[in-house]
Amino acid sequence: MVGRAGSALAIAVAALLGLAGPAQAEKLIVSVSNARVTVTPNYAGGELVLFGSVERDNPAPVEQMAYDMVVTVIGPRSDMVTRRKERKFGIWINSDSRQFLMVPSYLAVFSNRPIEAIAAPEVRRRQQLGIKHTLLTQRIGTDYADVVANDQFRTAFVRLREERKLYEEDPAAVKFLTPTLFRTGIPLPAEVPIGSYEVHIKLFGNGEMLTQTETSFEIAKVGFEQFVATAAKQHGIVYGLLTALMALATGWMASIVFRRD
Amino acid sequence: MQLYLPIADLPVNVLLILAMGAAVGFVSGMFGVGGGFLMTPLLIFVGIAPAVAVASVTSHMAASSFSGALSYWRRRAIDPMLAFVLLCGGIAGTALGVWFFVLMRSVGQLDLMIALSYVVLLTAVGGLMVYEGLRAILRTRRGEVALSRRTGNRNWIHALPLKIRFKRSKMYLSVLPVVAIGLLIGFIGAVMGVGGGFILVPMLIYLLRVPTTMVVGTSMVLTLVTMLIATILHAATSHLVDAVLALILMIGGVTGAQFGARAGQRIRGEQLRLLLGLLVLAVGIRFAFELGIKPDELFTLRDVGPS
Repeated sequence: MVGRAGSALAIAVAALLGLAGPAQAEKLIVSVSNARVTVTPNYAGGELVLFGSVERDNPAPVEQMAYDMVVTVIGPRSDMVTRRKERKFGIWINSDSRQFLMVPSYLAVFSNRPIEAIAAPEVRRRQQLGIKHTLLTQRIGTDYADVVANDQFRTAFVRLREERKLYEEDPAAVKFLTPTLFRTGIPLPAEVPIGSYEVHIKLFGNGEMLTQTETSFEIAKVGFEQFVATAAKQHGIVYGLLTALMALATGWMASIVFRRD
Repeated sequence: MQLYLPIADLPVNVLLILAMGAAVGFVSGMFGVGGGFLMTPLLIFVGIAPAVAVASVTSHMAASSFSGALSYWRRRAIDPMLAFVLLCGGIAGTALGVWFFVLMRSVGQLDLMIALSYVVLLTAVGGLMVYEGLRAILRTRRGEVALSRRTGNRNWIHALPLKIRFKRSKMYLSVLPVVAIGLLIGFIGAVMGVGGGFILVPMLIYLLRVPTTMVVGTSMVLTLVTMLIATILHAATSHLVDAVLALILMIGGVTGAQFGARAGQRIRGEQLRLLLGLLVLAVGIRFAFELGIKPDELFTLRDVGPS
């Protein structure tokens, strides 16, 4: 909800800027190298490439403005529980936990230079630029909130995702090949979650957002292993019955093969 | 040879898992136990999540007990009435065990609970086995004849009501302790991923005085049915049964068990029991040790799916 409100606000701001600013409007044209990525069980990670260019209504002198760009890739959303171990009675046990509600399973923020240098703090917050400013809603008892960025559960959550390369921030990933032509790689680690991914591309100039656009791609896993995993999740009882049958068949085969009497 | 386990969600070496299955199968064939109490900890030690290890080993136990039960059935070494009454408790116990498993998982204490129950069970059983093994060896050193355990007086269990006749075992016994034992074994089996034969067999012999010829076959029937039900229920509730892992374990296990059974007939019993006792004790102590040391990462993360 907040995300949608945020982007609506962003569009409003962009419209205002367009009206208030000089008679110059930018348009983004982007494309990902592969709109549907199929991943096999022995996939060891790979990379997508996002290409794009900034189109201007009236070609102004190039040196007039240097563009900045922030690309945010958001994977399928899911609930996640973070637990903390504590020493009790001499052993380490899970004692406290937080549930993160519908947070991205994959989150990558790429820019051409550090986000702090691109936009002012309130712009970063409003546009959710960077992992620090991305909304990660927690449920604490009956309350719903995104707590301060240095909350220990939030920090641990982000750290654990980063260790698995599922959350990433790279302030040098976006490269401007010419002042208007840009490119960035989107690394996809081996355990990349399946589902649809949103890519938000935001263009900045002089600390203000000029325009934004969106694209998306799909990650699908194929192969026998994925078939088994999907069957186990979606048809638990049938899967269990088949596994039980498999056990009986194996046991029966063994009793025939190794029969001694 | 790498293979990706779909539910355990990690790549493993097929030969390693096959060898583990065969090794545990060998030990289980040698001693006539299911081997789940060794298989589940081994899987946890190679990095498979405890919950997945428990759920997957249940189907492995079903396979190995089925081949065993078939051969005991052919030799008429199963008491169908006793098996039926045990199962009345066993099925309820399994359902309770799976319910408890799901409950513990939802509050984030499942791994701890599995580890704790292994510590208690393995150190107790391993300790007893080492003690018994040492005593038996000392007795034979001194040239004494081993005492027969079946010559005790009738105990309190034989005074309970609701008695029925178990024809093949030639017993007249209350159904209450039999159902209670079935319930306990079913519960432990579903929660820990063990067949429970190594607890059930001594209970049947020492508490219920079931003839030794009927004990192993009948206990295998209980293991078979409770483990089949546990497999289905685990798959239906927490979706953690890894069929690929289970199949590799089954193939290794049933093969190893055959060689184990042959080797077991040729080797002296006391030393062997002592050895197994030490092995069980070592696994238990390893679990206890891991609970006490500070983990590198205090936080854990679990994806619970879209809400």
